[in-house]
Amino acid sequence: MTTLASEAPAAVAIRPRWRVPTVPAPYVFSSLITLILVVGQRESGIVGGYDRMAAALGTAIVAELVLGRVLRGRFPNVLSAYITGNSVTILTKPAAGILWPYWLGALIAITSKYVLVFRGRHLWNPTNFSFAALLLLAPSSMSLLSHQWGNDVVSWFVLAIGLMVVWRAKLFHISGTYAVAFTLLGVLRAHFTGRDPLTEIAPLTGPMYMLLLFFMLTDPRTVVSTRRGRVVVVLAIALVEFGIRLLPETGFHGLDVLLTGPPIFALAIVGPIALWLELRKTPDVRRAA
Amino acid sequence: MRVSLPQTAVTLMFVGLLGSARWLDAHRVTDRVAPAASDSLARFGFRLTDVAKEVGVDFVHHAPILDSKLENIQAYIGALGASVSVADVNGDGRPDLYVTNSAFDHPNALFVQQSDGHFEDEAARAGVADLNREGSGVSMGSVWADVDNDGDEDLFVYKWGRAQLFRNENVPTGELRFADVTEGAGLERWMNAASAVWLDYDRDGRIDLYVTGYFPERFDLWNLTTTRIMHDSFEFATNGGHNVLWRNLGSDADGVPRFEDVTAAMGADSTRWTMAVAAADLDGDGWPDLYLANDYGPEELLRNVAGRRFELAPVGLGEDSKSGMAVALGDTRNRGRLDVFVTNISKMGFLYQGNNLRLNQVADDGDLPNVADGPIADCGWAWGAQFGDLDHDGWLDLYVVNGFISANRHRDYWYDMSLVAGAAGNVFQDTRNWAPIGDKSLSGYERSRLLRNRGGEGFFDVAAAVGADDLYDGRAVALVDLWNSGALDVVVANQKGPLLVYRNEVDPARDWVEFALRGTRSNRSAIGAEVTLEWATAGQRLRQRQVVDGGSGFSSQNDRRLHFGLGVGAAIERAVVRWPSGLEQVLEAPRVRRLHAVQEPSS
Repeated sequence: MTTLASEAPAAVAIRPRWRVPTVPAPYVFSSLITLILVVGQRESGIVGGYDRMAAALGTAIVAELVLGRVLRGRFPNVLSAYITGNSVTILTKPAAGILWPYWLGALIAITSKYVLVFRGRHLWNPTNFSFAALLLLAPSSMSLLSHQWGNDVVSWFVLAIGLMVVWRAKLFHISGTYAVAFTLLGVLRAHFTGRDPLTEIAPLTGPMYMLLLFFMLTDPRTVVSTRRGRVVVVLAIALVEFGIRLLPETGFHGLDVLLTGPPIFALAIVGPIALWLELRKTPDVRRAA
Repeated sequence: MRVSLPQTAVTLMFVGLLGSARWLDAHRVTDRVAPAASDSLARFGFRLTDVAKEVGVDFVHHAPILDSKLENIQAYIGALGASVSVADVNGDGRPDLYVTNSAFDHPNALFVQQSDGHFEDEAARAGVADLNREGSGVSMGSVWADVDNDGDEDLFVYKWGRAQLFRNENVPTGELRFADVTEGAGLERWMNAASAVWLDYDRDGRIDLYVTGYFPERFDLWNLTTTRIMHDSFEFATNGGHNVLWRNLGSDADGVPRFEDVTAAMGADSTRWTMAVAAADLDGDGWPDLYLANDYGPEELLRNVAGRRFELAPVGLGEDSKSGMAVALGDTRNRGRLDVFVTNISKMGFLYQGNNLRLNQVADDGDLPNVADGPIADCGWAWGAQFGDLDHDGWLDLYVVNGFISANRHRDYWYDMSLVAGAAGNVFQDTRNWAPIGDKSLSGYERSRLLRNRGGEGFFDVAAAVGADDLYDGRAVALVDLWNSGALDVVVANQKGPLLVYRNEVDPARDWVEFALRGTRSNRSAIGAEVTLEWATAGQRLRQRQVVDGGSGFSSQNDRRLHFGLGVGAAIERAVVRWPSGLEQVLEAPRVRRLHAVQEPSS
């Protein structure tokens, strides 16, 4: 999702502990996403058609070029848009026979970067915003990734690479904190729901949470700057998700739409608030410039 | 703060994008359903009326109650078993209905049509009622065929348990009585079967049988030693029951048909969770192929290689994994080809698998492209489906029943299921890890779909408009001209619900024709025989192919007689019958508005 990690080129540079050429994190991430797409499509048709990929990728890249040129006077690096397009391709599972969630989702994501801005930074991870918006506005057409990849080697492959990437990018504290918090809160939630604790934490074992852990939560452009701040934010996200997942126990159905993507909405709620709180305490980089 | 004009424009565009998402979503939903209408006969050319009680069909399905270890998701696992199959069991020319129950000590029913059009349940008297017993399992469905080619229709009931084959004694005794010949036939075996189909795969004139396993056969669902009985993947599971191909060896000296398990030799097995199967010659080589709809996995086309073996056809099905529930075959665009419709699951916000309508291009380029769109793609949690020309306009319509578990209207299980559905396979393989379903609904109270074919250019849902407005948890649907009126009536078997019989009233100005085929060199039921009809109506020439049904949809079997709607002022040019034996027979200009009895020539 979100974009998966780096909608921002060169935001995080990897500093390897061993002697290998330094590779900017965005390129590592984008390569990983492409790998996931290729393997997923080959093994399980996870993309669901190359027209979907073309719609999402093409729209994202063209929108980035046009909006960058119009609003900032230059053609931006499209790596970020490429990642967004990939994210939309992977996670969008629309109603059969419709293509528009792909191009519209990509367009909303890219445009949000130029509209939902505070002090020169976009507040929402673009894909996260796009998914939350489409789930709210187009519930009859849109759902999120529902594939699971079973017990085959692909899941472990993604897990291994994801761990390696976040570790090298020094972002493991984000993924690790969230995983631990989700697990502990899942056990706590079981007390309220009466479900088995394993049932409550089961989503953590699926591919969507792998993407969440390794990419969405760790997007360098939309996380706060300090290590402690990131831990606090990710705990807050886990807590909000905890609350969303308890909604069915309340008997209140007015917010049931949130159950279609609890982590998506939790991130969409907490992420921008945290970033806004941080940015308002820092100088406006645009004015300073 | 100053905002530039381009920034303002982009912001407005952004708002417009969000608005367009809402509009596109709403447009999609409202554009596909015809509202209820009292003048449906005038508007759509037909209307349906449930007359079940009126004609003496009073049957309510009971679901199985399984091992207490499965109690937390009993309602989920035990949500199968309502079925209906059609046969003229006593040879009186009036179709009869066989329906199954799935709880111990609840009998199946054989509704035999009387001369006045009413039905009487004669299952007990005929010996085909008391099939659901502890130790032998419960019924999941049935299919009919003249297994011994003696002139009457025999009955195979597949079960979660030991399937049973009943030989019809109507010929020569003249009495409606069935003898259980399962053991003598060599069919005695425990399977957790979900479907079966008759086909003459080797074209030897004796009808063979294909039965699909759902849960692995090692499980007795009433006496489990483990709770790890579920699929190990929601998309690519291969840990289901084995499918079995039984070859009909002919009858022994006592007239008992004999079968041989040729699954391995013929390469016809699959351990995907096969929910439904249909058989027909899909590649145009003259040999009947098998099309499997698999739950938790991709569909499979097992191509029949000259009766010598089956091969998994590389037609691109493996990349499109959903939750196949039913297979229906129909010439949806009047091309003279049997297209394939497979039902799947759609649930707002959670899961959009969409049904598949695959255009048959196997003989051309080896492809089965999915062209499902709009209302035909999204039918909720769809189960049984059948093609038939319900409005007599010359194009095949599609009836789809749906709804999984209708319980508490205010408590929903979809979120609960999403907890495990998105997890790793070894988590949900164990039923203990599933949240208790309690009284929650899961895609409950869904309305059936009646998708009217718009001249080969898409479908339009008219179910509510023409009177098919029930909200039961439909499982099986069968189409049959019950009262020989020339119109296809609709019979729906509902899980834990009543059997519905929709009488179809069609605009009398529209023509039709029917064919009752009887094989001689081919199997006597003519299962697998194809009729390609060519006719002219309203200034256009049409052509349509249909196949005699050995079992299709989900847990159902249509009338073996073929029904064609023709439109107004139709004139048939010819009907070409291709018999399973390979013989081709041409009927020149058969008259409209009548049932033609056609016997296979001896040479």
